Amino acid sequence: MKNAKKVLTFVLMDAPFESSRTATALRMIDASIRRGFTVNVFAYEGAVLLPFKHQQAHGNLVHGRDVEEEDHPLPREWIHGMIALAKKRGASLHWVNCGLCVDERGAGDAIDGVERGTPADLWKMASESDNTLVVPTA
Amino acid sequence: MKHLNIVSSGYRATIEEQDDTVVWITHCFRNAGGEIDMLLSGAAVNYPVRGQKVAPVTIGGRAQKHGPDVHGQVRELVGKGAKVYAVREDVEERAIDSRKLLQEVELVSRDDLPALLSRYDRVWRW
Repeated sequence: MKNAKKVLTFVLMDAPFESSRTATALRMIDASIRRGFTVNVFAYEGAVLLPFKHQQAHGNLVHGRDVEEEDHPLPREWIHGMIALAKKRGASLHWVNCGLCVDERGAGDAIDGVERGTPADLWKMASESDNTLVVPTA
Repeated sequence: MKHLNIVSSGYRATIEEQDDTVVWITHCFRNAGGEIDMLLSGAAVNYPVRGQKVAPVTIGGRAQKHGPDVHGQVRELVGKGAKVYAVREDVEERAIDSRKLLQEVELVSRDDLPALLSRYDRVWRW
């Protein structure tokens, strides 16, 4: 595969359900995996809650739909799906949550496959990547 | 590898975090051996102004007695050998007296940013 050895690192900062930047970034990560890139993600600050295990879908009275009909998207499900997709394709999605940011937010209960790390891990990942994209919060 | 971090938003969550998180991570990179400098833009150009301090804040009966020292973070970064730049026009638009800035901070006009950025292998805008 042409891009099999390319490595991209993404840095995310926004908390879930707050910004369309996150959905755009996750779409880019998804596309990168599908194209065979090895992908690192460093979740900083509120972004450590993106893979939080206890996110729950809900119904919506305004929409007149129950939980099932609403089919509310959850970032943890997207991330779980992308980790599985990477494995299936022989690629890699290495998701690292900033440990201190996790502690501040009590966000330790992450889905399987999410690791805890430090800014030094980000520095190492970026140094070994072909490119890095920071998606900061406003 | 020369790296430049651009701080684009000033005083972002500094009370909750007790620091500017981008300046903080810049320190982390520096401590990890990175050759890293910093460009302050927007409201962050106020960081190098000397004499600023944060009064204690009380919320819900809990007093936070020591506030974030963002100026000190920048000063310490300079002390570690990092170059710190600030966008000149952002300083002027805020009527900040440039004589009150840390003297090590270099003002760079917007027109000169492309030349500055081209000196770095990696530029991250936060």
